[in-house]
Amino acid sequence: MPYSETSGDRILSSHQRGREARFRAWVLVIIPFAGLIFQAYVPLFYPPLAYLDLALLVTIYFAMMRHSPINGILVGCGMGLAQDALAHNPLGMYGICKTLVGFFAASIGVRIDVSQPFVRLLACMIFYVFHQFLFWLMSRALLDKLIDFDWQQTLILSGFNAVVGLALFHFLDKLKDKD
Amino acid sequence: MDSLLNRYRSITFLLVMLVAQLILLAYTVKNPEGVRLIRLWAVTLVTPIAQVAENTRTTVYGVFHNYFDLRDARAQNRRIQAERDQLKLENLYLKSELGTADRVKALAAFQTHSPSRYVAARIILTATTSASKIVVLDRGSNSDVEKGMAVITPDGIVGKIIDAFPTASQALLVTDPEFAAGVVSQKNHVKGILRGAGSGKCRIENIQAEEKVDLGEMFFTSGDDRIFPRGLPVGKADVVKDGPQFKEILLYPSGLQAGPEEVLIVISGVHQDIPAYEAPKQEDQKVYLGPPVPQTKAEETSQSLSTEADRLRAHYEDIGKFENHKYGTGSVPNFNVKVPAAVAGTNPNPTTIPVKAPVAVKPPQEKQQTEKKPEPSVTVPPPDAAPTPAEGTPPPQ
Repeated sequence: MPYSETSGDRILSSHQRGREARFRAWVLVIIPFAGLIFQAYVPLFYPPLAYLDLALLVTIYFAMMRHSPINGILVGCGMGLAQDALAHNPLGMYGICKTLVGFFAASIGVRIDVSQPFVRLLACMIFYVFHQFLFWLMSRALLDKLIDFDWQQTLILSGFNAVVGLALFHFLDKLKDKD
Repeated sequence: MDSLLNRYRSITFLLVMLVAQLILLAYTVKNPEGVRLIRLWAVTLVTPIAQVAENTRTTVYGVFHNYFDLRDARAQNRRIQAERDQLKLENLYLKSELGTADRVKALAAFQTHSPSRYVAARIILTATTSASKIVVLDRGSNSDVEKGMAVITPDGIVGKIIDAFPTASQALLVTDPEFAAGVVSQKNHVKGILRGAGSGKCRIENIQAEEKVDLGEMFFTSGDDRIFPRGLPVGKADVVKDGPQFKEILLYPSGLQAGPEEVLIVISGVHQDIPAYEAPKQEDQKVYLGPPVPQTKAEETSQSLSTEADRLRAHYEDIGKFENHKYGTGSVPNFNVKVPAAVAGTNPNPTTIPVKAPVAVKPPQEKQQTEKKPEPSVTVPPPDAAPTPAEGTPPPQ
């Protein structure tokens, strides 16, 4: 049966285009890059910041705000692979996790209003847990790493990242293209 | 298709990216053995498929291969069977040829050593029935074969020619009831007439009942029939019975016992002597005999002194030994002395007593009156004494 665009699709599409955030090109390049640099460099001087996953937060933000799953996938894939390369992880571990996060985040961004702080907070927590769980799962399944999943630590860190992400998202909202 | 991709574009893109990263991950990661995951996955993924493919290929190939092999094997089997049959036939033929060569060699040897003149012939047909026993030979008048000629083998007579054709001839076998030939026994030289009995045996007729023919005695042709030269073997008497007037003798003709295929036709016969009878020799048979049973001294004594005379002689020898007396020197030992047991029986080889004069047993008369059983004694008279009557003779009155 050939696909035909219905009026509902058109309404939804126009609604999405209305909520879709636009960013300048340099923002799309510099922010992820800065996030990666921070992720790789700052923990050298302040190790607790290693628990802060800025790359994940940037991915979630751009995926949700761009309202495009493909964009979310690309952002997540790029961030994840870069993080793998920098963290001496097997290439693809973070890439796969963040690709899925980007995809789901974009999918959520399409359906709900992600400009609300609570939604952002909750999304950051959920995606952080999902990201960590997926990474743990892949580590066990693909790399045969016998590590335990610490739910408690993960939940705490998810809250910490969510708080940081809430602030980061607010900062990044300032970089939206007003036009 | 385009609309489908449009609709699931995001999912498709996600899958593509995931797969790509999985490949990248697999390329990057090595397992503890140092093998990259992508290789491990590829092998793990491809191996079952390859195994299935290989199994399928092997099965299909095996089926076809076995089928063609089976076809080839069947053809090969047929070919080998044919070759085997051919070889069997060749083997039979060669065996037959070998047997023929042996028989021909024997015939040739017989021909060489026999003064008669022969023509070798082969039995090519048989017309044996219950009524008549006739064979066809491959030699005929072209080979100087004539009616009435004898047909023999080195083992004995076979028959006689009853018809001679240019290239073949018919022979009447000795077992035919119409056949007759003069025969003579080897040992007792009893003459008779050989006739076929119809079966595989022959009968010898016209031998008087009082004539002596032993069972197993060999018969030879006598030459009286003017067909068979004298001295050809006929066979051994297997059954010999005394009839009211004639003996009933049956024999198996020795010339037919080997089932002859090649025979000799006597072109010109020369009489020969009947071989002299030789009594069958007793074959020396080696019989194992175990070692003799060792005998005790008592057994030896009782065996060596088995008679009264032996015991008396041993007693006298003991006396002579006890008195240091040597018999034959003239003096007389005291025969009444009692010989101690230590001396008695010590002489294992009793010497013979030289007797120059007749020895007479003289029982003393006074003792005879007093004793019921006087011990016998031997008196050796002096050399100058008068000869006494021989033992057993009554004492002089």
